[in-house]
Amino acid sequence: MMAEIGLAALWLAAALAGLQLAAGSLGLTTRGAALGEAVRPVAVVQGLLALLAFACLIYVFSVTDLSVKLVALNSHSMKPLVYKIAGAWGNHEGSMLLWVTVMGMAGGFVALVERRLPERTMLATLAGQAFVSLGFYAFLLFASNPFERLSPVPVEGNGLNPLLQDLGLAFHPPTLYLGYVGLSIAFSFAIGALITREVGPAFARAMRPWVLGAWIFLTVGIAAGSYWAYYELGWGGWWFWDPVENASLMPWLAATALLHSCSVLASRNALRAWTVMLGVVAFSMSMIGTFLVRSGILTSVHAFAVDPQRGTFILALLAIYIGGALILFGLRASSVTEGERFALVSREGALVFNNVMLSAILGIVLFGTLYPLVAETFGAKVSVGPPYFNPMGALFAVPMLVVLAVGPLLRWRRDRFARVSKNLVIPAMLVAAAAIGLLVIGSVALLPFLGLAVALGLAWASLLPLKGRNLRRTPLPIWGMVTAHFGIAVALFGMSSESAFSIEKLVAVKIGEVTQVGPWGVKLDTVEPVAGPNWTALEARLLVRYGADGKVTRMLPQSRSFWAPPQQTSESALLTRWNGQLYAVLGGEAPAAGNKDEAKSDAGSDQGRWQLRLWWKPFVPLIWLGGLLIALGGALALAGHVLADLRRINLRSKIAYRRERQGR
Amino acid sequence: MAGSIRAPIKAKHQRLVLLVVALVVLIGAALLAAWALRNQASYFYVPSDIVAKPPEPDRAVRLGGMVEKGSLKTAADGVTVNFIVQDGKASVPVTFRGIVPSLFVEGSGVVAEGRLGANGTFVADNLLAKHDENYVPREMQDMTKDQAKQVVAETQ
Repeated sequence: MMAEIGLAALWLAAALAGLQLAAGSLGLTTRGAALGEAVRPVAVVQGLLALLAFACLIYVFSVTDLSVKLVALNSHSMKPLVYKIAGAWGNHEGSMLLWVTVMGMAGGFVALVERRLPERTMLATLAGQAFVSLGFYAFLLFASNPFERLSPVPVEGNGLNPLLQDLGLAFHPPTLYLGYVGLSIAFSFAIGALITREVGPAFARAMRPWVLGAWIFLTVGIAAGSYWAYYELGWGGWWFWDPVENASLMPWLAATALLHSCSVLASRNALRAWTVMLGVVAFSMSMIGTFLVRSGILTSVHAFAVDPQRGTFILALLAIYIGGALILFGLRASSVTEGERFALVSREGALVFNNVMLSAILGIVLFGTLYPLVAETFGAKVSVGPPYFNPMGALFAVPMLVVLAVGPLLRWRRDRFARVSKNLVIPAMLVAAAAIGLLVIGSVALLPFLGLAVALGLAWASLLPLKGRNLRRTPLPIWGMVTAHFGIAVALFGMSSESAFSIEKLVAVKIGEVTQVGPWGVKLDTVEPVAGPNWTALEARLLVRYGADGKVTRMLPQSRSFWAPPQQTSESALLTRWNGQLYAVLGGEAPAAGNKDEAKSDAGSDQGRWQLRLWWKPFVPLIWLGGLLIALGGALALAGHVLADLRRINLRSKIAYRRERQGR
Repeated sequence: MAGSIRAPIKAKHQRLVLLVVALVVLIGAALLAAWALRNQASYFYVPSDIVAKPPEPDRAVRLGGMVEKGSLKTAADGVTVNFIVQDGKASVPVTFRGIVPSLFVEGSGVVAEGRLGANGTFVADNLLAKHDENYVPREMQDMTKDQAKQVVAETQ
């Protein structure tokens, strides 16, 4: 019953999206102006219906209604409740339903609260949002219906991939999707502004909080996903340049550029066409990412099942939306009037530079991600990994980070470098000191070397905009900028330190044997079987000690065997200290040492040995701490802008009230 | 040059300059990317290809095939495994130091990431075994379609 209600809600929501598109478009004409009134309420109800459909899906998953095909394929009655619920979006259909739900809710939210723009632009924006939603509703209803029934009803479900049975699944995809799909608002705003030709500071000020909101979620989602992959896969890495990861990075790069060009447009009325273009590009990257991930066209450890029909469908949607938006941009770009001018050395100049660098990195990632597809059409099977992405990304990231240190100190419009250069003495000295220190240590590869040096300088430089300010009166957006830029330095330091100083140890040890990894002594105490709700495991008890006289701590890595579906995973154990993380993975049982003759002579060695993989990763948690700081910076800026807007509205209504009274 | 910046530039000009700079950088990035991709992409080989046309040493490549029955041996250190990957036509010895994936067994398919050593042994940095029904490396899907029957016949 709930499945049918969900499906009906989905059809209704799709119909309302159609109505929203029609009413919004007709509302722009003089004859249909009355229809415009309907657009906002329709958008709100459409969002609520999508939410209802999603709630129905969660319900059928939480009660494990096996007559629903999706549940039977992806769930199991013996699974803990939290993974039953999270399993609702841990598959293709469910995640697409989450996508349209977020999209509908975002549109409804905009319709409910956004009052700063001219009503015509809002109509065009909401019509654009409905137009995009409509395609994804069609995709859900015709090519990936999540509520499809199954007959006969199976006795038990197939279960959820054990790698996904983790709290990360409950948190990471919804956060990421809020960011991913939240960018659709920027896309629709850009479309709306292009249609009504209202590109200016007011447009940028209205768009900025929405972009910021989506960007915050995207940042948190990427950081959470990276940490999840880090501890769940047991490979010790935190970023694999996997197509799915790139699919989330590309919208982030575009959204970061958009955010900064939005600021220029809002404060200085420059970069008009560029900002609109980025608005289109950011969400286009979200859609391309979805296409890459959902079509199964690229091999990925994260991807769900492959279905060529779906790939074609999403490709068609991509062509319509991205192509259509670009054509609209091409037609209208020349009529978007030129903004204010600025000198090369100015805040705007620095922001333009960083925008171009971010776009270049975006291009590098996009090329690398698509190259295997291109090569395959020529018959070569290739994969592209860190040897391409790391140096090519750094080539543009390093200049960008250097300008990031200087840019916030420059004045708008025109400035002289000599004015700010004395502030940069200390950061420059930090960079030099780090470089000398690293040369003394020696054997640090070029990229982590650059990363560590730049991170130190940037950490100091990012705080300089606060210098000489009354900290209590410093506006929140400035605090936000400083926090986010400082977060970049922190994350960069973590990444470089991980890559430069990680120590890896792979051993087979007997019970009671002690092994050394970096400053840690690790003793394998016991290996014992343990059982969970839907798995059994071998659990190693490691007694670890930092330095010669540190406190002894326990670590419990497991090798788990799930029975639905039957699959083994390794649960790594992490021990965090202020200066890094010890990472332990339990492998399999290795045969006894030596050959048979030795075994005879030594009675002790017929006892098995256990494979252990250990890493000591100095300062690695800074990667995710930095990511959270970046998101926090975004949140501070968002709070600042929203509070300022509320104050302005409040003031305006007070003035209006006074005028009214004086008028009497 | 400072004079030219201060002189009032026509609005159209600044827009043009920005556009040209952005385009130059992006095209430069694209060309660099294309060049780097040619050099850095890791090609996929099956044993008969890698024996016929070996890649230059130290070039990262991937090798996919079936793990030959009876060839899997663990070395004395307990963490190095040696095995033979074959596709029915040719076979390549592979050595790997690490924890093997749980689905990695004799007679199953595997994709090894690594380098071909000078002595003809493939040194793997990473092994990808068949993950589950929903995840099969695409190269292996093709290979099993073309060659599975004969491979299975020869390995059993």
